[in-house]
Amino acid sequence: MELIIIFISASIVNNFVLSLFLGICPFIGVSNKFSSAVSMGLATTFVMVITAMVSWLLYFKLLLPFHLTFLQIPSFILVIAALVQFVEMVIKKVSQPLYRALGIFLPLITTNCAILGLALLLVMRDYSFVESIVFGLGSGAGFILALSIMAGIREELELRDVPKAFQGAPITLIVAGILALAFMGFAGMI
Amino acid sequence: MKKKVTLWYEFFKGVWDINPAFKQILGTCPTLAVTVSAINGIAMALATTFVLVFSSLIISLVRKLIPSQVRIAAYIVIIASFVTIVDMVMKAQFQELSKALGPFIPLIVVNCIILGRAEAFASKNTPFRSILDALGNGAGFLLALFVIGSIRELLGSRTILGFQLLPNSYDPMIVMILPAGAFLTFGLLMGFANAYAIRKNKKATETNIFKYKLEREKLNATEV
Repeated sequence: MELIIIFISASIVNNFVLSLFLGICPFIGVSNKFSSAVSMGLATTFVMVITAMVSWLLYFKLLLPFHLTFLQIPSFILVIAALVQFVEMVIKKVSQPLYRALGIFLPLITTNCAILGLALLLVMRDYSFVESIVFGLGSGAGFILALSIMAGIREELELRDVPKAFQGAPITLIVAGILALAFMGFAGMI
Repeated sequence: MKKKVTLWYEFFKGVWDINPAFKQILGTCPTLAVTVSAINGIAMALATTFVLVFSSLIISLVRKLIPSQVRIAAYIVIIASFVTIVDMVMKAQFQELSKALGPFIPLIVVNCIILGRAEAFASKNTPFRSILDALGNGAGFLLALFVIGSIRELLGSRTILGFQLLPNSYDPMIVMILPAGAFLTFGLLMGFANAYAIRKNKKATETNIFKYKLEREKLNATEV
């Protein structure tokens, strides 16, 4: 039950993009097309789950017992960068189609603040190992959800007559605001 | 050697012409997340500026020592060290602010403004100019965060920096201090900034930037 609550909270109620403001850069950058939005979401989810596991082990099994918690930020960011590189190589070897589908999105994930944010949040909230994995999965699901809804709206928006000054990022932000309002409806769920 | 790019413009371009938040659209996450009140915005911008200035300085000092293949990793380690300093100081001295800003202080590491300035400017320029550039971008970020924070605080809780400016008869718009308000305010402001630029000084800004790039290239050519 606890795990289900964590999943729903991370994916819908406290959606990473729309209520915690993590991962806004890809949210604005790659939400032009539905297909690339879904690819980006999948790649991010994949890295999120692995990051959740690795950073949990790193923090609670290495940094905490040896009193090295002040190294948290540099070690997390290095681990994430190495991890993304590693995941890229593995996917390239194991599944060519998947590699081609994710393509340029993988390296971009290193600087996605949703990933580092996830690692920092699971330490802050003192999650157990299993809870961390579920948290990673839920956050990823929420990220895919937000990104694909946004991409759908933006594909429609292409055909509309938006004032010149508001084209691009401004109108995307305004739409995101309305979307965030809609997501507030879930607030009472938990 | 004559230096054509004035030091003033080196600083000032970051404040307006290439304002990190409104024009480059970098560092959006903290811009949206911490601007619930003006004071949070200022604190966040100052923390970011501190990291930006010192990492720019260090990167610019060691720019000729780092092999270009590993430069990004090296930059990230330098940035992460300064972020750790800021995080620890905030936790020790300003506990309430540190709590309010939550994970966004450690997240300065992945703020694209810092890596962006490191890659685009500090890795190619002298330390003094890099500091000016970093200060300018920091000031631009501060301006953006302060404006957004003030608007949200004023409309959402009647105050700016804690001083009540609107009468009690004004019903606060709760939406402004919720996540949705951040998106709306930032989107509208960016749109208005664009509209202003289009109407008034689009040409002026573009020539400014164009001239700047030209001079920059000449300068780089002579400095090598």
